[in-house]
Amino acid sequence: MNRTDIVDAVYDACVEILKVDKADLSEATAFADDLDADSLALVEVVMELEERFDLRIPEDELEGVATIGAAADLVAGHLAAA
Amino acid sequence: MASADHRRPDGSARVVVTGLGAVTPAGGDVEQTLATVLAARPAAAPITTWDTEGHPVTFAAAVADVDPAGLIDAREARRMDRASRLGLVAAEEALGRAGLLDPDVVLDRGRVAVAIGTGVGGILTLEDQIETRVTRGVHRVSPLLIPMMMANATSGLVALRHGFRGAAFSVATACASGTNAIGEAADLIRAGRADVAVAGGTEASITPTAMAAFARMAALSTRNDDPAAASRPFDRDRDGFVMGEGAGVLVLESAEHAARRGATVLGEVAGYGATCDAHHITAPDPDGTGAVACMRQALADAGFEPAAIGHVNAHGTSTPLNDAAESAATAKVFGADGPPVTSTKGVTGHLVGAAGAVEAVLGLRCAAAGTVPPVANLTETDVEAPVDLVAGEVRRIATAPVLSNSFGFGGHNASLVLVPA
Repeated sequence: MNRTDIVDAVYDACVEILKVDKADLSEATAFADDLDADSLALVEVVMELEERFDLRIPEDELEGVATIGAAADLVAGHLAAA
Repeated sequence: MASADHRRPDGSARVVVTGLGAVTPAGGDVEQTLATVLAARPAAAPITTWDTEGHPVTFAAAVADVDPAGLIDAREARRMDRASRLGLVAAEEALGRAGLLDPDVVLDRGRVAVAIGTGVGGILTLEDQIETRVTRGVHRVSPLLIPMMMANATSGLVALRHGFRGAAFSVATACASGTNAIGEAADLIRAGRADVAVAGGTEASITPTAMAAFARMAALSTRNDDPAAASRPFDRDRDGFVMGEGAGVLVLESAEHAARRGATVLGEVAGYGATCDAHHITAPDPDGTGAVACMRQALADAGFEPAAIGHVNAHGTSTPLNDAAESAATAKVFGADGPPVTSTKGVTGHLVGAAGAVEAVLGLRCAAAGTVPPVANLTETDVEAPVDLVAGEVRRIATAPVLSNSFGFGGHNASLVLVPA
């Protein structure tokens, strides 16, 4: 699984959950500031990614995950550890 | 400035109605719902949103399109239970009619209360998420389940959408919720604790488990082969209620506040009664003691003799027990020469926690127009009490106050006296 695929999966999760336009997203896109996503929405985005990659990411690891890039890092870390 | 006619005899604020909203199986707004009810066209139909295989009851009265105007965007909508979406859309109509969506309106939002009742809150979401937990595991349960299922969600969401920061709460008295919510909200205004209240009820409980449970209670009509004929309040062949869904919302306002901003007054919440049977958790007291006390309380609160009432919008669920007990109680209150009695549930089905609110909306409009809708499907009654049931066609009456009744599991009785402007 390369990073581009992971980032793309985060984009897809944002499109699904936050109803945003994929073309507007980048790794620097911030969940709260750019997408007006609250903590519950972030949990939902991560749940989509858990499903997609068959992972289990504990809720306390979402602390400090502010951008799409950071979410991709989180997923990549768990995939590497799996 | 408060003038004498802005106050009740006890000095409390008079409460007027300045907006009405409804989303029901009979129509997407107040006008459509009213037209369908006056035409006595039943809304019940086979359930198509889930597989009814094996269910004893396979039909209901569903809302065709919750949000035809697209008031709630897709991202917001997926964070709300269907019950909340219905409530929000009905509130939007009522607030619009009241002129309170105008961006230039002068309104102290800290003095606006919200009271949207519900029988069971977001039960569709709850049921869906229990299935998710069982079939896919605890880690798949949505973080949105709690804010979507909680009974107060709709009141919170209406307050959030419009920045209303007065008291906001739900009222849960099963099928009396909508009526109790309106009465409690009126009391807030009378007491001077709010200038405006967005009050009503919402419900979306046509779920596989809820339908199975109500069927188990033998509360639902099982007329699967003819849904349109199933809801037949007061009719000899009634066999239970038809599950409905929807929302009704009223904008209530102190008379002084409404006058100050030049709002169009549609009517007044003149009387409110609330009692409990304390008889059985679901069955109505066959003597109707609690219901009689409730209606009398509402009349006394309005300062009216029974003869002042132009028509009664009965709870009239189409269950054998309710309709017998309610007609006896109504006859006890009004005597043998009482006003015409209708039940709009023959058309709408039973909207549970939204029923009383939708019926307050319909009751006030019909009282103003002097048109009492016929009870759909009422062809021959077995009701022995002397009540003047309206059957067949619209009854023309003089413009006069309406008494609207709601009774809920738990023994709850609630009545409103609404006076058209």
